[in-house]
Amino acid sequence: MRNKTLRTNGMPWFLSLPSRAFKRGHTNKTAPADSTPWLLSLPALALFLGLLVVPLALTAILSFNAFDGMRGVQPGYTPGSYIEILSDGYYHELFLRTGAMSLGTTIICMAVGVPETLILAKMRPVWQGTFFVVILGPLLISVVVRTLGWSILLGRQGMVNSALLSLGVVDRPTQLMYTMTGVIIVLTHVLMPFMVIAVWTALQKLDTQVAHAARSLGAGPVTTFRRIILPQLMPGILSGAIIVFTLAASAFATPAIIGGRRVKVVTTAIYDEFLSSLNWPLGAAIAMLLLLGIVFVVVGSNRLVERRFKQVFT
Amino acid sequence: MKGRAIGQNGPVALAFHTLFTLFIVAPLIVVVLVSFSDKGYISMPFEGASLRWYLAILNAPELITAFWLSVWLGLGSATLATVVAIPAALAIARYRFIGRDGLMALLMSPLMIPHVVMGVAFLRFFSIMGWTGSFVGLLLVHALIVVPFSLRLTLAALSGLERDAELAARSLGASRFVAFRRILLPLILPGVAGGWVLAFIQSFDEVTMTIFVATPGTTTLPVALYHRVALLTDPVTTSVSTIMIVGTMALMFVLDRIVGLDKVLIGKR
Repeated sequence: MRNKTLRTNGMPWFLSLPSRAFKRGHTNKTAPADSTPWLLSLPALALFLGLLVVPLALTAILSFNAFDGMRGVQPGYTPGSYIEILSDGYYHELFLRTGAMSLGTTIICMAVGVPETLILAKMRPVWQGTFFVVILGPLLISVVVRTLGWSILLGRQGMVNSALLSLGVVDRPTQLMYTMTGVIIVLTHVLMPFMVIAVWTALQKLDTQVAHAARSLGAGPVTTFRRIILPQLMPGILSGAIIVFTLAASAFATPAIIGGRRVKVVTTAIYDEFLSSLNWPLGAAIAMLLLLGIVFVVVGSNRLVERRFKQVFT
Repeated sequence: MKGRAIGQNGPVALAFHTLFTLFIVAPLIVVVLVSFSDKGYISMPFEGASLRWYLAILNAPELITAFWLSVWLGLGSATLATVVAIPAALAIARYRFIGRDGLMALLMSPLMIPHVVMGVAFLRFFSIMGWTGSFVGLLLVHALIVVPFSLRLTLAALSGLERDAELAARSLGASRFVAFRRILLPLILPGVAGGWVLAFIQSFDEVTMTIFVATPGTTTLPVALYHRVALLTDPVTTSVSTIMIVGTMALMFVLDRIVGLDKVLIGKR
């Protein structure tokens, strides 16, 4: 009795919304009052309620605490931190810059990751396996290590500048460290594997018979790709885009090291509020807004993708 | 391969692929190369190679302390995550109950919640509870953030599993626990072990959340490395990084032997 319980609908398994997985599993037919599953999940549930739900709730409360520059966190409650964020252009710019960084990274990951995955799909299995390890393996290597490599490459005397100079693209070294361009290049590198995984998963479900039929009915390769293959890949591409966007918006080490103080984003601003300015309520408020934004993007776009591509999923 | 239907790769595609692969491996190769330089600054080893930056690690006791802390933290948190994930995976895979989807969403949520937000939440929580600088506190929150990896691989092992042997054992009088330990656990062991290794790697590499709750006494290797990289350009960061790359590759090899890397990275069976 093999069952297809691990359907992930184009999302890489570790980021797919769990609600759709295991819907068709063969499971114990238990009475609704059976407490066994809850007893089994009790340890995990206790860990998550005590160490995730409670701390997040405390942070939400903290974001409404009053703050005094001289005396620190005050006992009274006020929406002051949120008002400060919503009324101050500095914070608008901060959120817009983070959005632009994430969007830029997403677009490049799509433009490069989709063709690369299609190329991978056409390779012989031996090469496929090799390049999967090369392309996806870096996911398991610390992001600090990968970012360090880029900070060496992107410096004024770095290899990227040497290459650009010798190719005659630029006539003097360009500034890439501490710029938005540099941050987007490195984030693209860090998050590219997620796009490849998402497109690859969609590619595995591709019905090649339809493509064959289209070709035999006289459609050229370009038409076949545009009209037959691309529409079937769209759910995968879009879910890859959602993952890359949200992970880019949540990234900390890369914008902190490559962007430094000159390219401040939401996550590095939260870090500064908590560990330098010590305005914890304000930092907590920015963190809550980031979390809300991410949840909104993930849940909203999942709904959209599922509704828009219902026929592809079933 | 299914992809055959959409044609072969032409020269343009292969050129694209070569550039892409170069883009992916370049930063890692550069780190490894620079670590063998004999200069006192970041440079290539072609005009003089040495192991001085590996020997320099021995004179940086805080890096060695951080390394061992990360190792123990990874071992402890991966084990705790696996221990709580196995029964939860059984509940999710084998039972239909109200709130199952919600339970699954909760247990997978550390993948979606930005680590900065969790770092802030744990910093606040630790300061209220008086856990600041506590290794056990750090271990518990690390276990929490790696539960999804352990849970997902255990679930994958459970799905599509024949229940005949287990049911036979039960009908022959084995208790639920004995049937689990003697029949089910050996069957799902590769998935569980793979989940454990993946959880260890994720805990060992975690930096964004840990940076908020790390104190001088509980600084992990990635956090120590982050502070060095952010503050000064010191070639010792490259030798430490090279060791981390080699270590990760060794663990990837182990993962591949246990469950298959494709399953870990993509999730196919």
